[in-house]
Amino acid sequence: MFLITCPYCGARDEHEFGYGHEAHIVRPTPAEYEQMSDAEWAQYLFMRKNPKGVHFERWVHTKGCRRWFNVARHTVTHEILAVYEMGKPAPQIDTEKK
Amino acid sequence: MVEAYQRRSALNHFGLAARANQGGHATAGVILGESAHRTIINIRGDANDAAFTNAVKSVTGVDVPTKANTVNKAGEVSILWLGPDEWWVVTTPDRSDELVPALRQAFQGQHAAVIDVSESRTVITISGAKARDVLARGISLDLHPQVFGPGQCAQTGMSKCNVLLHQTDDKPSYDIYVLKSFSDYLWQWTEKIATNFGLAIGA
Repeated sequence: MFLITCPYCGARDEHEFGYGHEAHIVRPTPAEYEQMSDAEWAQYLFMRKNPKGVHFERWVHTKGCRRWFNVARHTVTHEILAVYEMGKPAPQIDTEKK
Repeated sequence: MVEAYQRRSALNHFGLAARANQGGHATAGVILGESAHRTIINIRGDANDAAFTNAVKSVTGVDVPTKANTVNKAGEVSILWLGPDEWWVVTTPDRSDELVPALRQAFQGQHAAVIDVSESRTVITISGAKARDVLARGISLDLHPQVFGPGQCAQTGMSKCNVLLHQTDDKPSYDIYVLKSFSDYLWQWTEKIATNFGLAIGA
Protein backbone atom coordinates (compact mmCIF):
# COMPACT_ATOMS: atom_id res chain seq x y z
CA MET A 1 0.00 0.00 0.00
CA PHE A 2 1.42 3.38 -0.93
CA LEU A 3 0.42 7.01 -1.14
CA ILE A 4 -0.08 8.69 -4.50
CA THR A 5 -0.10 12.46 -4.69
CA CYS A 6 -2.99 13.47 -6.94
CA PRO A 7 -1.97 16.73 -8.67
CA TYR A 8 -5.36 18.18 -7.68
CA CYS A 9 -6.41 16.63 -4.34
CA GLY A 10 -3.05 15.91 -2.68
CA ALA A 11 -1.69 12.71 -1.15
CA ARG A 12 -4.22 9.88 -0.99
CA ASP A 13 -4.20 6.17 -0.39
CA GLU A 14 -3.49 3.88 -3.33
CA HIS A 15 -6.96 2.26 -3.17
CA GLU A 16 -8.57 5.55 -4.29
CA PHE A 17 -6.85 5.29 -7.68
CA GLY A 18 -7.20 3.26 -10.82
CA TYR A 19 -4.35 2.25 -13.07
CA GLY A 20 -4.36 3.24 -16.76
CA HIS A 21 -1.24 1.55 -18.14
CA GLU A 22 1.55 3.13 -20.16
CA ALA A 23 1.39 6.87 -20.85
CA HIS A 24 2.49 8.92 -23.86
CA ILE A 25 1.27 6.49 -26.53
CA VAL A 26 0.41 8.60 -29.55
CA ARG A 27 -2.46 7.42 -31.71
CA PRO A 28 -1.56 7.46 -35.42
CA THR A 29 -3.41 9.99 -37.53
CA PRO A 30 -6.01 8.66 -40.02
CA ALA A 31 -3.60 9.33 -42.87
CA GLU A 32 -0.92 7.32 -41.06
CA TYR A 33 -3.03 4.33 -40.11
CA GLU A 34 -4.39 3.86 -43.61
CA GLN A 35 -0.79 3.17 -44.65
CA MET A 36 0.00 0.89 -41.68
CA SER A 37 0.39 -2.87 -41.93
CA ASP A 38 -1.37 -5.17 -39.46
CA ALA A 39 1.94 -5.77 -37.75
CA GLU A 40 2.52 -2.05 -37.28
CA TRP A 41 -1.03 -1.56 -36.02
CA ALA A 42 -0.62 -4.42 -33.56
CA GLN A 43 2.61 -2.82 -32.40
CA TYR A 44 0.75 0.41 -31.65
CA LEU A 45 -2.29 -1.29 -30.14
CA PHE A 46 -0.89 -4.10 -28.00
CA MET A 47 2.82 -3.80 -27.44
CA ARG A 48 3.69 -2.11 -24.17
CA LYS A 49 6.89 -1.43 -22.30
CA ASN A 50 7.56 -3.61 -19.30
CA PRO A 51 10.67 -2.07 -17.78
CA LYS A 52 12.50 -3.00 -14.65
CA GLY A 53 12.95 0.58 -13.54
CA VAL A 54 11.19 3.86 -14.22
CA HIS A 55 7.82 3.49 -15.94
CA PHE A 56 5.68 6.40 -17.16
CA GLU A 57 2.05 5.50 -16.67
CA ARG A 58 -1.46 6.91 -16.31
CA TRP A 59 -3.55 6.87 -13.16
CA VAL A 60 -7.06 8.10 -12.42
CA HIS A 61 -8.27 9.36 -9.04
CA THR A 62 -11.44 7.26 -9.13
CA LYS A 63 -12.69 7.93 -5.60
CA GLY A 64 -11.63 11.58 -5.55
CA CYS A 65 -11.73 14.19 -8.29
CA ARG A 66 -11.97 11.54 -11.08
CA ARG A 67 -9.17 13.23 -13.05
CA TRP A 68 -6.51 11.41 -15.06
CA PHE A 69 -2.85 12.24 -14.63
CA ASN A 70 0.61 10.80 -15.31
CA VAL A 71 2.94 9.13 -12.85
CA ALA A 72 6.59 8.11 -13.13
CA ARG A 73 6.97 5.03 -10.96
CA HIS A 74 9.90 2.73 -10.31
CA THR A 75 8.59 -0.77 -10.95
CA VAL A 76 10.96 -2.42 -8.48
CA THR A 77 10.71 -0.13 -5.48
CA HIS A 78 7.27 1.35 -6.32
CA GLU A 79 8.77 4.73 -5.55
CA ILE A 80 6.80 7.49 -7.24
CA LEU A 81 9.34 9.80 -8.83
CA ALA A 82 7.04 12.33 -10.47
CA VAL A 83 3.38 13.20 -10.83
CA TYR A 84 2.34 15.48 -13.66
CA GLU A 85 -0.77 16.53 -15.53
CA MET A 86 -2.16 15.06 -18.72
CA GLY A 87 -0.65 16.61 -21.83
CA LYS A 88 2.66 17.46 -20.14
CA PRO A 89 5.81 15.82 -21.50
CA ALA A 90 7.51 13.10 -19.47
CA PRO A 91 10.05 14.62 -17.07
CA GLN A 92 13.72 13.74 -17.25
CA ILE A 93 14.52 11.29 -14.48
CA ASP A 94 18.02 10.21 -13.60
CA THR A 95 17.53 6.44 -13.64
CA GLU A 96 21.14 5.69 -12.68
CA LYS A 97 20.64 7.20 -9.24
CA LYS A 98 17.73 4.90 -8.42
CA MET B 1 -38.81 16.43 -9.19
CA VAL B 2 -40.91 14.27 -6.87
CA GLU B 3 -43.89 16.01 -5.31
CA ALA B 4 -42.70 17.15 -1.90
CA TYR B 5 -45.65 15.61 -0.04
CA GLN B 6 -44.98 12.16 -1.56
CA ARG B 7 -41.26 12.25 -1.04
CA ARG B 8 -39.50 9.93 1.38
CA SER B 9 -35.89 10.20 2.39
CA ALA B 10 -33.52 7.39 1.46
CA LEU B 11 -33.17 6.38 5.13
CA ASN B 12 -36.87 6.79 5.95
CA HIS B 13 -37.28 3.08 6.71
CA PHE B 14 -34.93 3.31 9.72
CA GLY B 15 -37.49 5.49 11.56
CA LEU B 16 -34.86 8.04 12.56
CA ALA B 17 -37.33 10.75 13.56
CA ALA B 18 -38.92 8.47 16.18
CA ARG B 19 -35.52 7.34 17.45
CA ALA B 20 -34.32 10.93 17.77
CA ASN B 21 -36.79 11.39 20.62
CA GLN B 22 -35.25 8.60 22.69
CA GLY B 23 -32.62 10.95 24.11
CA GLY B 24 -29.12 10.07 25.29
CA HIS B 25 -27.64 13.03 23.44
CA ALA B 26 -25.85 14.42 26.51
CA THR B 27 -23.74 11.30 27.11
CA ALA B 28 -23.41 10.06 23.52
CA GLY B 29 -19.99 9.93 21.91
CA VAL B 30 -21.50 10.02 18.44
CA ILE B 31 -24.72 11.55 17.10
CA LEU B 32 -25.90 10.24 13.74
CA GLY B 33 -28.68 11.61 11.59
CA GLU B 34 -29.91 12.17 8.07
CA SER B 35 -30.21 15.51 6.33
CA ALA B 36 -32.46 14.59 3.43
CA HIS B 37 -33.48 16.24 0.17
CA ARG B 38 -30.72 18.83 0.07
CA THR B 39 -30.39 20.80 -3.13
CA ILE B 40 -27.15 19.75 -4.83
CA ILE B 41 -26.21 21.34 -8.15
CA ASN B 42 -23.09 20.25 -10.01
CA ILE B 43 -21.40 23.12 -11.85
CA ARG B 44 -18.42 22.99 -14.17
CA GLY B 45 -16.45 25.84 -15.66
CA ASP B 46 -13.13 27.65 -15.78
CA ALA B 47 -12.18 29.10 -12.38
CA ASN B 48 -9.62 31.38 -14.06
CA ASP B 49 -12.37 33.02 -16.12
CA ALA B 50 -13.80 36.01 -14.26
CA ALA B 51 -17.04 35.73 -16.25
CA PHE B 52 -17.62 32.26 -14.75
CA THR B 53 -16.73 33.15 -11.15
CA ASN B 54 -18.75 36.37 -11.32
CA ALA B 55 -21.75 34.47 -12.69
CA VAL B 56 -21.63 31.96 -9.82
CA LYS B 57 -21.22 34.74 -7.26
CA SER B 58 -24.11 36.77 -8.69
CA VAL B 59 -26.55 33.83 -8.51
CA THR B 60 -25.46 32.13 -5.28
CA GLY B 61 -23.77 34.94 -3.37
CA VAL B 62 -20.78 32.68 -2.76
CA ASP B 63 -17.25 32.83 -4.19
CA VAL B 64 -16.14 29.70 -6.05
CA PRO B 65 -13.46 27.98 -3.93
CA THR B 66 -10.31 27.55 -6.00
CA LYS B 67 -8.23 25.93 -3.26
CA ALA B 68 -8.45 22.14 -3.41
CA ASN B 69 -10.68 20.38 -0.86
CA THR B 70 -12.27 23.55 0.54
CA VAL B 71 -15.78 24.91 0.97
CA ASN B 72 -17.02 28.50 0.76
CA LYS B 73 -20.26 29.35 2.53
CA ALA B 74 -22.49 32.40 2.69
CA GLY B 75 -25.88 32.24 4.34
CA GLU B 76 -27.62 28.99 3.40
CA VAL B 77 -25.51 28.28 0.31
CA SER B 78 -22.21 26.38 0.29
CA ILE B 79 -19.97 25.67 -2.67
CA LEU B 80 -17.87 22.50 -2.33
CA TRP B 81 -14.70 21.93 -4.36
CA LEU B 82 -14.79 18.65 -6.30
CA GLY B 83 -12.02 19.17 -8.83
CA PRO B 84 -10.09 21.89 -10.66
CA ASP B 85 -13.13 22.70 -12.83
CA GLU B 86 -16.01 21.14 -10.90
CA TRP B 87 -18.04 22.15 -7.83
CA TRP B 88 -21.26 21.42 -5.97
CA VAL B 89 -23.61 24.20 -5.00
CA VAL B 90 -25.36 22.85 -1.91
CA THR B 91 -28.27 24.43 -0.07
CA THR B 92 -31.59 23.79 1.67
CA PRO B 93 -34.19 21.52 -0.01
CA ASP B 94 -36.30 22.48 -3.02
CA ARG B 95 -34.20 25.31 -4.43
CA SER B 96 -33.18 23.62 -7.72
CA ASP B 97 -36.14 25.02 -9.64
CA GLU B 98 -34.93 28.50 -8.85
CA LEU B 99 -31.13 28.09 -8.92
CA VAL B 100 -30.61 25.82 -11.94
CA PRO B 101 -32.30 28.14 -14.50
CA ALA B 102 -30.62 31.16 -12.90
CA LEU B 103 -27.17 29.55 -13.21
CA ARG B 104 -27.84 28.42 -16.79
CA GLN B 105 -28.89 31.96 -17.67
CA ALA B 106 -25.77 33.40 -16.03
CA PHE B 107 -23.48 30.94 -17.87
CA GLN B 108 -24.86 31.75 -21.32
CA GLY B 109 -22.12 31.91 -23.94
CA GLN B 110 -19.60 30.20 -21.64
CA HIS B 111 -18.07 26.73 -21.76
CA ALA B 112 -19.81 25.75 -18.53
CA ALA B 113 -22.37 23.22 -17.29
CA VAL B 114 -25.11 23.06 -14.67
CA ILE B 115 -26.62 19.73 -13.59
CA ASP B 116 -29.13 19.19 -10.78
CA VAL B 117 -27.97 16.12 -8.83
CA SER B 118 -30.11 16.67 -5.71
CA GLU B 119 -32.02 13.41 -6.09
CA SER B 120 -28.88 11.30 -6.42
CA ARG B 121 -27.61 11.61 -2.90
CA THR B 122 -28.58 11.81 0.71
CA VAL B 123 -26.50 13.16 3.58
CA ILE B 124 -25.58 11.21 6.70
CA THR B 125 -24.62 13.64 9.46
CA ILE B 126 -22.17 12.56 12.14
CA SER B 127 -20.95 14.62 15.08
CA GLY B 128 -19.65 14.28 18.60
CA ALA B 129 -16.37 13.73 20.41
CA LYS B 130 -15.99 10.20 18.96
CA ALA B 131 -17.05 11.02 15.39
CA ARG B 132 -13.44 10.87 14.17
CA ASP B 133 -13.00 7.40 15.68
CA VAL B 134 -16.02 6.13 13.75
CA LEU B 135 -14.88 7.68 10.47
CA ALA B 136 -11.35 6.34 10.94
CA ARG B 137 -12.72 2.80 10.71
CA GLY B 138 -13.75 3.35 7.12
CA ILE B 139 -11.78 6.30 5.74
CA SER B 140 -8.08 6.38 4.96
CA LEU B 141 -7.81 10.19 5.14
CA ASP B 142 -5.98 11.85 8.02
CA LEU B 143 -8.78 13.66 9.91
CA HIS B 144 -6.57 15.10 12.66
CA PRO B 145 -7.68 18.70 13.39
CA GLN B 146 -4.29 20.03 12.28
CA VAL B 147 -4.80 18.50 8.84
CA PHE B 148 -8.55 18.44 8.20
CA GLY B 149 -10.77 21.05 9.81
CA PRO B 150 -14.04 22.95 9.43
CA GLY B 151 -14.61 24.24 5.91
CA GLN B 152 -12.71 21.40 4.30
CA CYS B 153 -14.16 18.66 2.12
CA ALA B 154 -12.82 15.60 0.36
CA GLN B 155 -14.11 12.97 -1.96
CA THR B 156 -12.88 9.60 -0.81
CA GLY B 157 -13.89 6.03 -0.08
CA MET B 158 -15.71 5.13 3.13
CA SER B 159 -16.11 1.42 3.76
CA LYS B 160 -16.21 0.69 0.02
CA CYS B 161 -18.66 3.55 -0.80
CA ASN B 162 -17.64 6.66 -2.70
CA VAL B 163 -18.50 9.61 -0.47
CA LEU B 164 -17.91 13.31 -0.16
CA LEU B 165 -16.92 14.23 3.39
CA HIS B 166 -17.40 17.82 4.57
CA GLN B 167 -16.43 18.98 8.04
CA THR B 168 -18.94 21.64 9.09
CA ASP B 169 -17.69 22.59 12.58
CA ASP B 170 -15.10 21.66 15.20
CA LYS B 171 -17.34 19.63 17.56
CA PRO B 172 -16.49 17.94 15.17
CA SER B 173 -19.46 17.57 12.81
CA TYR B 174 -19.32 16.08 9.34
CA ASP B 175 -21.71 15.72 6.42
CA ILE B 176 -21.27 12.50 4.45
CA TYR B 177 -22.76 12.78 0.97
CA VAL B 178 -23.48 9.32 -0.39
CA LEU B 179 -25.43 7.91 -3.33
CA LYS B 180 -28.93 6.95 -2.20
CA SER B 181 -28.45 3.39 -3.42
CA PHE B 182 -25.46 3.01 -1.08
CA SER B 183 -27.01 4.89 1.83
CA ASP B 184 -28.83 1.91 3.41
CA TYR B 185 -25.59 -0.06 3.60
CA LEU B 186 -23.48 2.90 4.72
CA TRP B 187 -25.97 3.83 7.45
CA GLN B 188 -26.00 0.29 8.83
CA TRP B 189 -22.23 0.12 8.75
CA THR B 190 -21.82 3.52 10.44
CA GLU B 191 -24.45 2.77 13.07
CA LYS B 192 -22.80 -0.55 13.90
CA ILE B 193 -19.42 1.12 14.46
CA ALA B 194 -20.93 4.09 16.30
CA THR B 195 -22.67 1.77 18.79
CA ASN B 196 -19.20 1.04 20.23
CA PHE B 197 -18.76 4.70 21.16
CA GLY B 198 -22.22 5.50 22.61
CA LEU B 199 -24.75 6.36 19.91
CA ALA B 200 -27.66 8.79 19.82
CA ILE B 201 -29.81 9.67 16.82
CA GLY B 202 -30.02 13.34 15.93
CA ALA B 203 -33.15 14.98 14.61
